[in-house]
Amino acid sequence: MDLRELYQDVIVDHNRSPRNFRKMADATRTQEGFNPLCGDKLMLYLKLDGDRISDVSFEGSGCAISVASASLMSQNVKGKTLAEAEQLFGRMRALLTGDGQDLDLEALGNLAALSGVSEYPARVKCASLCWHALNAALRPPAQARPAEVSTE
Amino acid sequence: MRMSTVRSPRAAPRQTTTGFDPLAWRRDFPLLQQTVHGKPLVYLDNAATAQKPQSVIDAVARYYRETNANVHRGVHALSERATAQYEAARDKVRGFIHAASVREIVFTRGTTESLNLVAQSYGRSHLRAGDEIIVSHMEHHSNIVPWQLLAEQLRLDIKVIPITDEGVLVPGAYEHLFSPRTRLVALAHVSNALGTVNPVRDMTVLAHKHHALVVLDGAQAVPHLPVDVQELDCDFYAFSAHKMFGPTGIGVLYGKQALLEEMPPWQGGGDMIRTVRFSGSTWNELPHKFEAGTPHIAGAIGLGAAVDYLQNVGMDRIARHDQDLLDYGSERLRRVHGLRLVGTAPTKVGVLSFVMDGIHPHDIGTIVDQEGVAIRTGHHCAMPVMERFGIPATARASLAFYNTREDIDALVAALAKVREVFR
Ligand SMILES: Cc1ncc(COP(=O)(O)O)c(C=O)c1O
Repeated sequence: MDLRELYQDVIVDHNRSPRNFRKMADATRTQEGFNPLCGDKLMLYLKLDGDRISDVSFEGSGCAISVASASLMSQNVKGKTLAEAEQLFGRMRALLTGDGQDLDLEALGNLAALSGVSEYPARVKCASLCWHALNAALRPPAQARPAEVSTE
Repeated sequence: MRMSTVRSPRAAPRQTTTGFDPLAWRRDFPLLQQTVHGKPLVYLDNAATAQKPQSVIDAVARYYRETNANVHRGVHALSERATAQYEAARDKVRGFIHAASVREIVFTRGTTESLNLVAQSYGRSHLRAGDEIIVSHMEHHSNIVPWQLLAEQLRLDIKVIPITDEGVLVPGAYEHLFSPRTRLVALAHVSNALGTVNPVRDMTVLAHKHHALVVLDGAQAVPHLPVDVQELDCDFYAFSAHKMFGPTGIGVLYGKQALLEEMPPWQGGGDMIRTVRFSGSTWNELPHKFEAGTPHIAGAIGLGAAVDYLQNVGMDRIARHDQDLLDYGSERLRRVHGLRLVGTAPTKVGVLSFVMDGIHPHDIGTIVDQEGVAIRTGHHCAMPVMERFGIPATARASLAFYNTREDIDALVAALAKVREVFR
């Protein structure tokens, strides 16, 4: 296994300069995520315009895989409807857990850079944290949402 | 290249300045002869669990092949033999930590269970609401949470000895934490996250002056240092076999006999009783009072074999080699660009916790693993330590007597790869 399949240039770049890495004062929805095993922490902010995600940002600390995954996610869900974002969550879960043989990698765009993660079982949770946070944030707060999603 | 050195005869040892030959001993550890990701395995995660010499593996296998029977309950030959071996292991442990009597050696599942035993048996029967327990900021979770559970049950207060930026208990802070309500001091002999060796002998003297008992967590001390519980004069001492080259699932609680005598059992069942009637039961004598149910017989025998092995190597020699390697490793790691050691106490064992600028410990762990170097990354079950240093995690290389300077060199070379990936 070549390390470069895990640490692709896109990953290293998004770790060094994460996109949409900021607090959002006027977020419609916020969701905390925590990975107790490694201490990765994440706060995800969504702004909704009807059922469309008009803005996404995040804050937190974590390894390169978790930061890059959140950064890539923020780029890719901006502008999507809630239903589209949920579909993307399903596809990414498949990709990260090694269940993504049928996925069209090209259609995933730069998210395909996370395709090496499934070969590193210890790192799957790092990459998944932000996606679980997103999935929780897609549901309206009225439907009892966890205060914090956990990878455990 | 390292692998061929491992297999070469003792005639060509790579000696350290102490004259100790770790590679000669390493040949006794079959697991260490393998390659990982195509590279010779460099095992530097000994604080998590240590590898097992052939003699320990053989002792466990031989027990199941030749001796397996329940202990303390049969008149047949196998049962008598199993009992004799199990009790012989207890005596080996007694000798290893210099306890006065085998009655003071209770077999448990490990350090965690030993500490919970003290909390639930001694703590519940002797402490009252408003009493105080002192712990330190560098404790493993297993020497914090059992006391928190007890504190909740009995409404106790827990006081914490702070630590300095070097990872040393703040001088003078300890004695100020005592009050007339202090009943117990629970303290790591050696910190697993920082490597710090605490001055437990002096701290015990002070605790006893205040009529408080001392519980020492020796999990990280026994693999590195000679331990003499009578010299330390601690009241309880807990450790795990698996960190001292023995099997998992077995450990020890040492307790002073007078204390163990007056403590109630904490689990009920077979073996721990003398008589059982519905009107009430009576307890077996020490140490069986605290060993309810069929014990981990093979584990205890394996632990006995680990003690034999360590005494053959010599704990004094192990301690000297550990210091030599620690000095070398600290020096080499300090020179790695952007690396900061976490835990720089003047009195330490071979634990090298570190962080690197702009690179998360998890990424370090994954990348060095690809070079065959096994280290641990994370909070090391010591979240308060991470919080104290304002970091989410560290990378940690922890040494054993079978490690060499070449192992440290391999780690440093692997860290260069980490830099390369993140260039
Ligand atoms: C200092 C210290 N205390 C306690 C423990 C717990 O040991 P065990 O998990 O074997 O019960 C450990 C092991 O991680 C340790 O390093």
